[in-house]
Amino acid sequence: MTDRPIGEVEILGAPTEEASGSGVSWERFGLPIFVLFALMGSWEGIVRFLEIPGYILPPPTAIIRAFVSGFLTGAFIPDLAVTAFQAVFGFLIGSFIGLSLGVIIVLFPTMERIIYPYVVALQTVPKVALAPLLVVWFGFGMTSKVIVVALVSLFPVLVNVIAGLRSVDQERLDLLGALSATRWQIFWYLRFPNSLPYFFAGLNTAVVLSVIGAIVGEFVGATQGIGFRILQANYNLDIAGAFALFMVLSLLGLTLHGTLKFIERRTVFWTATQTTH
Amino acid sequence: MNPVATTEPRERLPLRPASDGPPRQGSTMTIPDEQDRKSEHSAAAGGERPRASSGRKSLSIRDVSMVFTRAEHSVHALDHIDIDIEEGQFISVVGPSGCGKSTLLKLVAGLRPPTGGEIEILGEKVKGPRSDVGIVFQSPVLLPWRTVLQNVMLPIEVLRLDHSAYKAKARELLDLVGLGGFEKAYPQELSGGMQQRAAIARALVYDAPILMMDEPFGALDAMTREQMNVEVQQIWERSGKTVVFITHSIPEAVFLADRVIVMSPRPGRVLRDLHINMPRPRGLDDMLTPEFGEHVREIRGMLGKADAAGGRDDRQTNW
Ligand SMILES: Nc1ncnc2c1ncn2[C@@H]1O[C@H](COP(=O)(O)OP(=O)(O)OP(=O)(O)O)[C@@H](O)[C@H]1O
Ligand SMILES: [Mg+2]
Repeated sequence: MTDRPIGEVEILGAPTEEASGSGVSWERFGLPIFVLFALMGSWEGIVRFLEIPGYILPPPTAIIRAFVSGFLTGAFIPDLAVTAFQAVFGFLIGSFIGLSLGVIIVLFPTMERIIYPYVVALQTVPKVALAPLLVVWFGFGMTSKVIVVALVSLFPVLVNVIAGLRSVDQERLDLLGALSATRWQIFWYLRFPNSLPYFFAGLNTAVVLSVIGAIVGEFVGATQGIGFRILQANYNLDIAGAFALFMVLSLLGLTLHGTLKFIERRTVFWTATQTTH
Repeated sequence: MNPVATTEPRERLPLRPASDGPPRQGSTMTIPDEQDRKSEHSAAAGGERPRASSGRKSLSIRDVSMVFTRAEHSVHALDHIDIDIEEGQFISVVGPSGCGKSTLLKLVAGLRPPTGGEIEILGEKVKGPRSDVGIVFQSPVLLPWRTVLQNVMLPIEVLRLDHSAYKAKARELLDLVGLGGFEKAYPQELSGGMQQRAAIARALVYDAPILMMDEPFGALDAMTREQMNVEVQQIWERSGKTVVFITHSIPEAVFLADRVIVMSPRPGRVLRDLHINMPRPRGLDDMLTPEFGEHVREIRGMLGKADAAGGRDDRQTNW
């Protein structure tokens, strides 16, 4: 075992572990769960033993209680709906614009000269920095947050779509070229499907940013939403409540990410099998 | 994998779409008229087909040179190539790796302009890509998001031909290359050899009068390869296509061709234009005749000499 290269051990290790039965489920599920409980237990123990006040660091049990009761009483639901709506709606708008701009930039060289410099210039600027301005312009309602989210989701999608539309194999271009395919046909049969894996890579980045965008927007100025509730909880020194809201956010992020992965596996089904070769 | 039948496949493949109607307007392809095809069919079924060579030039490559320049260094790939090919002829091209065979194919296909000389197809100067040349590239180049059948149908869609009429033909071609039952599979589920056979079906599905194949059987085992050679000969005999067939296998080149073009190491020149006058149709047993052996020996000698004179330097770089 020891004389094998490290990479090989890892690659060959996976299937053999699978075969060896009971050891697998312990290492894959048992161990992480054990570690989780151990961590929570010591956290709980330390907080209780040192008598740390709840407004500085609440014990895990208090956080879980706040989390469960927030859902049971329905207190989280309206705010979660608001934040989720802002994130999803802004994400959809931003990705749509990103996709369209990418297509336009790649298809029309003139547009590339006009738009692309701005894309490059804005790419590294943190778009959330515009949030205060957007709140001034569009108010404390959902509009300003949707715009912040759209803005932050737009760029990763745009940059990836451009890369995907451009990185087409010369051989595949020759294949269509030899059939005297038009520019549109090359786009439709080759460039567009070729860009889809890149498009999804952009969406995966964008979906994470969309939740961040919505929360930052709410921090700047809002009357509802999870971000707004986190600020409130902080003011009230309800740290357990803030942690519970934090868990709600991570739940939202995981749900969005999982949904996207599900759609991705169905849409760009060919990439998974390709990389295993 | 379905074995490719070598017996009685003659009537299996009508080389035209299921519907007898002409292709839709707007297509640039040329279809020999029905009368021609019917007589070819009966001839093929009856026995030896009369030699198709009409004497008309299908393809003429005149004084073609190709130099690739990138930054400071340049690669002289082809050097004053002259080849005239008559309609319906089967030409094999052999030559050491890196001598410019694939480059020549791309020039004929109009994918790049040559840096010197000119190429004419059916009396017309090649100025850009044209759809009367069917191509099997050196690698299969199948699109991973399309099924095997959809990949074979790609030329039909791009050339805007009648989709439903050609679908039956696409299926027959897949059967012919031993991929019957794999229509709905995706390319990445096929072996390398199977992918290459799908690419052959794709090049045959539209009726381009000129077919260029770049080492199409490189990824096949010896048995399948021989069977595919027999199939290619039959496809060619029935279709009357002009075929340019690039290969590394000297016996394969001799078995299939009317003429074998032997090329020198880079920069590629025509060392020899060897006429193979063995009777057709040729069977695998014909590979055992003294005449066949003589041709193979001659070509091998020529390539060996050329190799010894240098030019094996770029075996690696080409991959
Ligand atoms: N696009 C290109 N740019 C630069 N050099 C090229 C290009 N295409 C081919 N060449 C060079 O031209 C020479 C001939 O290449 P080509 O692919 O035609 O060889 P080949 O005869 O088909 O070889 P093989 O039998 O290995 O396929 C090679 O030295 C290669 O490096
Ligand atoms: Mg080649």
